[in-house]
Amino acid sequence: MKNSIIILLMFIVGVVLGMYKFLPDFLIENDFSKYSLYALMFFVGIGIGADSNALSIIRKTKIKIILVPLCVILGSLLGAALISFFISEISIIEAMAVAAGFGYYSLSSIFITEISGETLGVIALLSNISREIITLLATPFFVKYFGKLGGIVSGGATSMDTCLPIISESTGKEWAIIAVFSGVVLTVIVPFLVPFVLTFI
Amino acid sequence: MTPVLFLMTIGLILGYVFRNKPQFILCSSKITTLIIYMLLFLLGIGVGLNKTIISNMTNIGIQAFLITFGAVLGSLIFAYITYKLFFINKNEK
Repeated sequence: MKNSIIILLMFIVGVVLGMYKFLPDFLIENDFSKYSLYALMFFVGIGIGADSNALSIIRKTKIKIILVPLCVILGSLLGAALISFFISEISIIEAMAVAAGFGYYSLSSIFITEISGETLGVIALLSNISREIITLLATPFFVKYFGKLGGIVSGGATSMDTCLPIISESTGKEWAIIAVFSGVVLTVIVPFLVPFVLTFI
Repeated sequence: MTPVLFLMTIGLILGYVFRNKPQFILCSSKITTLIIYMLLFLLGIGVGLNKTIISNMTNIGIQAFLITFGAVLGSLIFAYITYKLFFINKNEK
């Protein structure tokens, strides 16, 4: 949670500084983001590779647990594709790419900015942040009307960290492991799926 | 995007090889966080400099929210079906 607030603050400070051009020239003229993204992916890779948790959860649990992140992937992409018909400024592909962030707003917005430009990048940032906020607020409601998987699938990639406490509280502790599993799978998939949707579909 | 996937794969392998070196892992996770801060800061600057985005912020916010609405509702519907078909027995035990 603390991390999310710092990230949001960094973004907002950047926006304000940009609006008032209160910046040294080298920051405006050079584009560091591409190389920073390369570095980021290298370190994200290390983090995933080193996470022994990810492997052991997969070994311990039954095969049907894989259906949970699958629901998130299919549901998010299809839902976004359908809603894109009601938004004239956004194509099906763009809507699907934004939804493929599954709440992992830092990484997905950076990727989408790099591939499709700042406007869609900001949409991805706001959309995925609001996915996290909606989950934090509405998980009890989702669990009541959509079954025990409701909070887990709504949280997407954030079910493993920021949204885990509320999910565990309103669904029961025994579902926490499914939440972590689904969150880990989706977190690993985001950096592959977002560029894939934008480049190959 | 190919260099990105290439670098990530190298990172995955390195991370797996050094998974028992807590200092290495801690250090790389701190660097990850710092780079994310910096990239979001840079994205913020880009957005602040971009007058089209700033003047369209409300509209952009509505689009973002609609996409989230579709994505979450889609996920919930699939989850509801999956829960009824595959998970309900476990719960009744």
